[in-house]
Amino acid sequence: MIESRTSPAESIVAFGGWILALLWVSPLLYAFWTAFHPASYAVRFDLLAPWTLENFARVWHAAPFPRYFLNTFLLVTLILCCQFVICTLAAYAFVCFPFKGSDVLFMFVLLQLMIMPEALLVENYKTVARLGLLDTVLAMGLPYLASAFGIFLFRQTFKSIPKELEEAARLEGANMFQVLLRVFVPVAKPIYIAYGLVTVSYHWNNFLWPLVVTNSVDTRPITVGLQIFATIEQGVDWSLITAATILSVSPLLVAFLLFQRQFVQSFMRAGIR
Amino acid sequence: MTGHRTMLYSALLLLPATVLLWVFTYQPIFTTILNSFYSTPRGRRPSVFVGLENYETMIADPIFWKAMTNNLIYALTTIPFSIALALAMALLVSANLRGKGLMRMAFFTPTVLPMVAVANIWLFFYAPDYGLIDKFLGLFGMGGNNILGSVETALPAVIAITVWKEAGFFMIFYLAGLQQISPTLIEASRLEGAGFWQTLWRVQIPLLMPTTLFISINAVIGAFRLVDHVVAMTKGGPDNATTLLLFYIYQNGFAFWDTAYAAALTVVLLAILAAIALFQFGYADKRVHYR
Repeated sequence: MIESRTSPAESIVAFGGWILALLWVSPLLYAFWTAFHPASYAVRFDLLAPWTLENFARVWHAAPFPRYFLNTFLLVTLILCCQFVICTLAAYAFVCFPFKGSDVLFMFVLLQLMIMPEALLVENYKTVARLGLLDTVLAMGLPYLASAFGIFLFRQTFKSIPKELEEAARLEGANMFQVLLRVFVPVAKPIYIAYGLVTVSYHWNNFLWPLVVTNSVDTRPITVGLQIFATIEQGVDWSLITAATILSVSPLLVAFLLFQRQFVQSFMRAGIR
Repeated sequence: MTGHRTMLYSALLLLPATVLLWVFTYQPIFTTILNSFYSTPRGRRPSVFVGLENYETMIADPIFWKAMTNNLIYALTTIPFSIALALAMALLVSANLRGKGLMRMAFFTPTVLPMVAVANIWLFFYAPDYGLIDKFLGLFGMGGNNILGSVETALPAVIAITVWKEAGFFMIFYLAGLQQISPTLIEASRLEGAGFWQTLWRVQIPLLMPTTLFISINAVIGAFRLVDHVVAMTKGGPDNATTLLLFYIYQNGFAFWDTAYAAALTVVLLAILAAIALFQFGYADKRVHYR
């Protein structure tokens, strides 16, 4: 970088930016501070207060957090794998095997971008109940497995792949699935990673639908578990609640802090339509 | 390849997606509309056709109107605030400032947190007497506020959380948009003597219009979808001051088990979303020129 020359105006802007940034993370920082300090310090800020992990130990014993994490992990894995497969197949069909009316069908797919499963939760609950799947991980994932957004994104990407690549593969005797797996998917790899990160963070954080379809510890994801933990009257023990909150967000937060650039780029890449 | 083969492949490839979209998007749209004309089955009493009765109840229901008004206020405040902040943030982190990476991270972090966790953290801030905000107000002799417990302040408190969470997310789209503006355009306007504000108003903001439109459509959908924090913090209270449309649907469907009424409310939500969709496809795409 060239030597930076800062004018007074730029310094003011930078200062303002830093204030805003600090203000933005302060709720999170304060929650951290509370979680790592004894309960008696929760409501009075003292820089010299002793640090402790006791809140986390108590939280870990107060609710089955390992189970909640496992459930979320299973849910996210299920959704990610199925979305990759289902959306890839659909996008491949739209790009390489168009038929009369496939454009119309694609428009119908796009409607899901507007009317997402949350809006239809009462009917979807009935459907899941009829299928006998209430209170299962599968039920939490089902409405999201065919993602219009995924189909759209993969279709866009596949469309940009030169026809010559596909034809060359065919000349070498590749069948339809080989073409998909050896030509299309490898070229679209960055999009898969971008979409994967967006999907993982979305479903790791999803709450309303899992809340509706789960009612037991064995299936509850971390968001629902956290909510149930925080609503039980703990005598409003803020240290405990903030510790539980920090604990719940830690896996995704750590991943984000480590791969910050990739996260931001993924959201950018997946977001531009 | 023959047409029949193509058709067969296509059908097989599209089968899983079509079935799932049918079962969890299209079929529920139809049954919701249908069920909104029937009564809720209770015990041994099956549901019967009641015509427009659910809708008549709805029109006479003050809580429904309260939810609609709240949702409107919620949308009309969260959207401009978060968009303006997002633009400011994007301009900040795309300027050549020291530590802009850290700044970007600070703005974006709330986006990767679940709304429920965010709500828990903010509950702590909003708590009366010992919450940070009330303590701060206490310094000026204005303490003793139950922010989430008073009708006047509960909705603004919920709105503040949404803005905090969404602004960093929208910033990303502005960042992407800003990157597509050619630096020569900015330089040209600077050379002609335009200051920072003039360049912003005359060059950057007009060129960012497609991004702004995209963000606003997302934000409107979000305003009707996001209720996690309402469930976690206020349960729609006090006195329905924070009841939003989707929360009211959830309440009717799963707390009062009045599924027929929930269906009628869902039809209203669907109508709103359909209107947004029509606006996007029909009007917005033509008005805003994409390059």
